[in-house]
Amino acid sequence: MSRINRRSFIQGGLAVGAAIAATRCSAPISQAPSGTPNNPAQAPEINSNRIKDVVIRTVGTGAAQSNDIRDQAEKDLGFKINMRALSTAEVIQIGITQPKQYDIWDGEFFALPLVIPSGNLQALDVKKLKQFDAVTPIFTTGELAPGARVNSSQGTAPRKVMFLKDQNSIEFATSPTDWATIVPYQFGADTLGYRPDLVGRKIESWAELFNPEFRGKTSLLDIPSIGIMDAAMITEAQGLMTFEDKGNMTREEMDKVAKILIEQKQAGQFRAFWKSFDESVNFMSSGEVILQSMWSPAVAAVKSRGLPCVYAPLKEGYRGWGGGMGLSKNLSGIQLDAAYEYLNWVLDGWIGSFLIRQGFYSATPTTARKFMKSEEWDFWYDGKQAAIDIVDPYGKKIESIGAVRDGGGFNERVSNIVCWNSFMKEQVYLVYKWTEFVVA
Amino acid sequence: MQGTLDQAPSQPIASKQRSSIDWRPYLLVAPQTITFLFALVLPILAIFTISFWNFNGFTSVPGFTLNNYLGIFSSPVYLKTYLNTFKFAFLVWLVCVLISYPVAYYLAFRIKNSKWQTIWFLICTVPFLTSNIIRMISWIPFLGREGLINKALMGLHLTNQPVEMFLFSDFSVVLAMVHLYALFMVAPIFNSMMRIDRALIAAAEDLGASAFEIQKRIILPLAAPGVAIGTIFVVTLVMGEFATMRLMSGGKASSVGYLIKNQIDSLQYPMAAANAVVLLAITLMIVFGILRIVDIRKQI
Repeated sequence: MSRINRRSFIQGGLAVGAAIAATRCSAPISQAPSGTPNNPAQAPEINSNRIKDVVIRTVGTGAAQSNDIRDQAEKDLGFKINMRALSTAEVIQIGITQPKQYDIWDGEFFALPLVIPSGNLQALDVKKLKQFDAVTPIFTTGELAPGARVNSSQGTAPRKVMFLKDQNSIEFATSPTDWATIVPYQFGADTLGYRPDLVGRKIESWAELFNPEFRGKTSLLDIPSIGIMDAAMITEAQGLMTFEDKGNMTREEMDKVAKILIEQKQAGQFRAFWKSFDESVNFMSSGEVILQSMWSPAVAAVKSRGLPCVYAPLKEGYRGWGGGMGLSKNLSGIQLDAAYEYLNWVLDGWIGSFLIRQGFYSATPTTARKFMKSEEWDFWYDGKQAAIDIVDPYGKKIESIGAVRDGGGFNERVSNIVCWNSFMKEQVYLVYKWTEFVVA
Repeated sequence: MQGTLDQAPSQPIASKQRSSIDWRPYLLVAPQTITFLFALVLPILAIFTISFWNFNGFTSVPGFTLNNYLGIFSSPVYLKTYLNTFKFAFLVWLVCVLISYPVAYYLAFRIKNSKWQTIWFLICTVPFLTSNIIRMISWIPFLGREGLINKALMGLHLTNQPVEMFLFSDFSVVLAMVHLYALFMVAPIFNSMMRIDRALIAAAEDLGASAFEIQKRIILPLAAPGVAIGTIFVVTLVMGEFATMRLMSGGKASSVGYLIKNQIDSLQYPMAAANAVVLLAITLMIVFGILRIVDIRKQI
């Protein structure tokens, strides 16, 4: 009797399982965003009425994949946007290996030498981007102001990967063309961050990270391609090395940097290494680390916990990075139109004002300015004393009246970008040397 | 299993029964077989294949090269990474055994009431109700320079300076891993000990054996299969670790798992795949080695 019960139980269970499996398998089909193979977009002749049914899927890192940005964009544009926030490495991986997973790829310029050859992004028609003229020349010609250090910056500078030779090319153009790779919208100048209360004096050089005075209280970024550039900035500042191009090091240069890093590690210079944004915030706010390579919003996050934190202006200059949005090659018809509308919305400035309030720079400062109070603009862009309390995009106060932005105004900061986050030819060897450093 | 046993004796009269093979056992194992095939066997085959591909600095190119493997075996850096992984596997295993054996012994032999045995065992599992990551991260504010332990030690004037080795060191890695994985050792040892015939111990006591003698000659040998199963769990878990290793060492120590993660993040799939294959082979050798020594089938 019990056996029969067990049998019937199992059979019943199997039936239920099969039913669940069947519904599970069929569910994604009915929910697939329109325009994907499982749910093709409607015929183009009813485009104008249909755009509200469009769903645009983005993949990108945390900064612009936020609910506030999505809500504002959906309100302004009238169609739905699905955002996926991933790590820098995952964004690159998906960009290259899973082109059907996204409509808009939101990534960094240094990833383009990897992503563009995959052919997964379509060239952007600059003529369709209404306010492309507003993009700061850092991205297009690379010339910010005559004589600025950024004009001759090393590494994968955005200007080197901004344009394609023509619509169907996967080769970068050396000067502006009508076909862009991605629409730039954010960038920054990374430097060292420190706790002035625990350091006790001003930090003005990259070399300080290897100063024995801070033994056991420093940290470095544990992302090989970026971490090694910070290390290069330090060794150069110390006068130990010079580089032809810090963004494209030779094996000998990597060997030398790794050797110095290992010596420092074994001498106990580093408390730890950080890989994610929040790790760097926690190191700094807990006092485990008092001086480290940092990202701008991380400094803001430490400050919002009521702790002093300075994003140091350094005499050797900064390591820059830039991000933008590209379109999947799979887009066409109404989906493509909607994606262009989104890119135009990004250039229109609201998103720029949102990011500026987190300490990033907008690639289209003139359009972002429309969405900011003049006092905010003066603080964030002109380096003036805050005339009002400065709030972050979520309305939380981060600076009081009278405060001045670290590193001064936009021109002062950005014209001193001396190298950019990079993809190096010797990337394989770089990861190998970095592993050697980590296990040493 | 049941199905194949049923089939065996019917072989001689198969001709009669051929038309009415009982398909139900096959149907019952089918979902699991299919799941294993698609979720385990095929991915491993794919990893194995890709481990022979070329990497041109940008992307993986199909082909056949042994360079990925040669790179692993000829490099002192990778060798050191593997040795580091073994070191942590051994340390975590050792601490787990030293902690779990007495705990299991206490549960199995010292608590006589089976209701309380169950309750105490469930209490052992309470930390496992939260996620791995949370249990691991919660150590950080506890061990840090400004953490609870250092505050307490300094408050008691046992030390003037905060002790730095509590966090971001080999110590914190082993501590967190033991915390994460000790139960996987306690459970099988407890299971083995519960199967030990109590009459054996009563007999040994009657014959005048000391408590140590009983441990050595009865409980330990009979609990050994449990230790072996626990070892398989703990060693395989630690060998593949990368998150604990990174977070608790503050990125200052590496394991093969973390190396693979770094290689994947840099899109170097063929090298990552070769490391995965080597790691899998080593782990399987350890497991088979253990299975040769102890017959764990008795325990299941």
